[in-house]
Amino acid sequence: MDVTRREVVRAKGRFASGNLVRLGLMAVPFVFFGLFFAYPVAAIVGRGLRPEGAWAFSVLGEVLADPAIGRVLWFTLWQAAASTALTLALGVPAAYVFARLEFPGKRLLRAVLVIPFVLPTVVAGSAFLALLGRGGVLDGLFGVRLDTSVWAILVAHVFFNFAVVVRTVGGLWAQLDPRQEEAARVLGAGRAAAWRRVVLPALAPSIGAASLIVFLFTFTSFGIVQILGGPRYATLEVEIYRQTADLFQLPTAAVLTLLQLLVVVLLLAWHARTVRKRESTLSLVPAEQTAHPPRGRGQWALLWAVLGVVGVLVVAPLAVLVERSFNGPDGYGLTFYRQLFTDTGNTTFPVPPIAAVGNSLAYAAAATALALVVGSLAATALTVRRGAGGPGRLVRGFDALLMLPLGTSAVTVGFGFLVALDEPPLDLRESWLLVPLAQALVGVPFVVRTLLPVLRAVDVRLRESAAVLGASPLRVWREVDLPMVGRSAAVAAGFAFAVSLGEFGATVFLARPDAPTLPVAVARFLGRAGEANYGQAMALSTLLMVVCGATLLVLERVRTHSAGEF
Amino acid sequence: MLELDGVTVRFGTRTALEEVQLAVAEREIVCVLGPSGSGKSTLLRVVAGLQDPESGAVRLAGQDQARVPVHRRGVGLMFQDQQLFPQRDVGGNVAFGLRMHGVPAERRARRVAELLGVVGLPGAEHRAVASLSGGEQQRVALARALAPQPRLLMLDEPLGQLDRGLRERLTRELRRIFTELGTTALAVTHDQSEAFALADRVVVMEEGRIAQQGTPLEVWRQPASEFVARFLGFENVVTATVHGDGVATPWGKAPAPADWPDGEVRLLVRPTGVRLGPAGTGLRCTVEARTFRGGSGSTVTLLLRPAGGGPPLEASCPLGEAPEEGDVVGATLDPDELVLLGGA
Repeated sequence: MDVTRREVVRAKGRFASGNLVRLGLMAVPFVFFGLFFAYPVAAIVGRGLRPEGAWAFSVLGEVLADPAIGRVLWFTLWQAAASTALTLALGVPAAYVFARLEFPGKRLLRAVLVIPFVLPTVVAGSAFLALLGRGGVLDGLFGVRLDTSVWAILVAHVFFNFAVVVRTVGGLWAQLDPRQEEAARVLGAGRAAAWRRVVLPALAPSIGAASLIVFLFTFTSFGIVQILGGPRYATLEVEIYRQTADLFQLPTAAVLTLLQLLVVVLLLAWHARTVRKRESTLSLVPAEQTAHPPRGRGQWALLWAVLGVVGVLVVAPLAVLVERSFNGPDGYGLTFYRQLFTDTGNTTFPVPPIAAVGNSLAYAAAATALALVVGSLAATALTVRRGAGGPGRLVRGFDALLMLPLGTSAVTVGFGFLVALDEPPLDLRESWLLVPLAQALVGVPFVVRTLLPVLRAVDVRLRESAAVLGASPLRVWREVDLPMVGRSAAVAAGFAFAVSLGEFGATVFLARPDAPTLPVAVARFLGRAGEANYGQAMALSTLLMVVCGATLLVLERVRTHSAGEF
Repeated sequence: MLELDGVTVRFGTRTALEEVQLAVAEREIVCVLGPSGSGKSTLLRVVAGLQDPESGAVRLAGQDQARVPVHRRGVGLMFQDQQLFPQRDVGGNVAFGLRMHGVPAERRARRVAELLGVVGLPGAEHRAVASLSGGEQQRVALARALAPQPRLLMLDEPLGQLDRGLRERLTRELRRIFTELGTTALAVTHDQSEAFALADRVVVMEEGRIAQQGTPLEVWRQPASEFVARFLGFENVVTATVHGDGVATPWGKAPAPADWPDGEVRLLVRPTGVRLGPAGTGLRCTVEARTFRGGSGSTVTLLLRPAGGGPPLEASCPLGEAPEEGDVVGATLDPDELVLLGGA
């Protein structure tokens, strides 16, 4: 009796309760993004556009009409497009090789591929400087210097984002049923036609997602352009930094921030529109079933070509970095590493530089915890089922909002923190939490993107059978969802950790002089002349790389075959 | 039409096909029957060119196919799980092969409509693949495979996942369609009733080798080996001793044909060859289990436990005459229903 009565009540309340649960879950992420993203960004933009308490919209027109700013915008757009195209051209074949071919050392190499992605842009920039710049390897061997050409920036962007394409596209490719291709072949399609008409359409959403991420990253590129661009090339982000930190032109910086945000929002909206149209149910199989050793001359050639690209583009810069860190004034040795432990007492480093390792780890750990909480709540909210129909507009908007920090000027966020979070009740200037909060902002999108596909893939019938067996909704989540998501939560945590470790644009504003993080310390060294400073920058970069690499290798072990979009 | 000559395929140390000799004549429907893992699907993949044989030759219309790529072989293959392209609608799937062969749009549309009619889905061109039921997907896959008019159509477990009624109807339809269109077909299945209903000739495979081939009736009547007999569902296989004109089995003696050799043999007793009488006649047995499988035959399968020990005996008898579980009956063997098994 009791049971039937409750069932009736539940059936009536189902529609509303689904939405209520969703709203409840969304509350924390909403507040988090509101306080630590929207508010600081709004504050700094407001300060720029209302210098004396009155709106000064004239600055909009002035800045936008400035031909120099026009050139910066144009450069930002075309270098992002070119970098994305180049990354896809090199990354898609590599995605195939890593998805479908079996070869020794594949796991290790796949972990190595991701190191650049989580490496701080400053470190990546310095690696390329060591490779392509004055006195670099290329200079030494052929007398060629690329550090002031746009190619250095493009190649560094490929170095950075190669893993995004390989992982995102390759992850799906590994699970595409090869028999789809075979079906097309049997129906008379040649190899190329079968690929174009069957494989490519199936891969399109993941290629779209990868392109979006690469474009966002390169569009807002800061560290790399800052180091490799020289005086000639600047992205919007670099210009924002220059206007904010060097020229104190807050109005100009505010306009540029808005401009950047506008482009990113338009892009996200356009992407959400086109990608959703193309998504279709694919026939997927476990990845282990599709990989095989290379067969025939074509596959061997492709494998070697990809290994060559990886060697030149990814391994060489990393290797040069390590080499430089050991190459001291008296030949190879640990000189630079030893110097890291000495307390110089000067203004750049009030503490021994090695302290940055501890700072970085502590900040990154806190940021990871924050990102994990906020991100998993958001991901769960996005998967709570409503009575009928697909996800509503609210959910889609929320989904897009979560991606926004990836495309927003980190410089603006960092400076916004300083401007906005300085009054009670939110006076965090003295708080240790300031840095992790900013770092968590970039960590959350990774957590959401990693958890979402797995949560969505949990078969509804599993949840239903648990419910039929008497589990309450919370219990269902704990008994069914959590165990399945556990592994990818670990992967998500690892990504968030690595990204926090490498965050530079915001941290550079927020880290106190006596508590620098690794990337900030590297940048400080690089900003000063002298061989010892350069060597120590390389040594710190190497340490950072080792920390990132170790995290990733651990991740590679727990990685499930269905984990995530990154 | 199709000839396989000594085809061998190995995956690492595992042999999927060993020295397979097989010929399929024009307009013939051949069904390869075997348990999973016996190399059936590999056989189809070798013919389609999706898998290279380690040795041996595949000939289509007398021509060696070793250097012919998949898309130029002119064979069709219907996959076990259909593999319809999820991005295309029904019409797009069926038209795919025609487009690959450069058939002009207008003729393509006509052919697609015609084929959808043949498979019983007229007007389904614009339906999404995901909206189709299992049986409908199977029909679309068939139409797609038939569209480019392959000289040989191969089907991998064509009716595997369908329910029984649908399967029987589709089996009849497949035969009708193949006969009507003059299709040469090579199907593989693990389901004997499907194979027997569909095929002109049945090929039974055992661990990559052909164990027996013949018309469905021949194979059913005279399984060549114990493996084939057991695979066809016969359980009454025992060692028996032939002596002169009689054979001694654990279930009693029976007359033996004159051409059986003396000595120990493996013997199959068909369930229909076990005659039941009142207790006291023949072998005294207890009815241990009684299974009624339905169908038009209305026969009951009985599991008999001989009173004096010995292996259990399977018998079948009409529903009306069947004893109850626990009854005691006498069993005698019908000499016409004894089959001498060859091989190991």
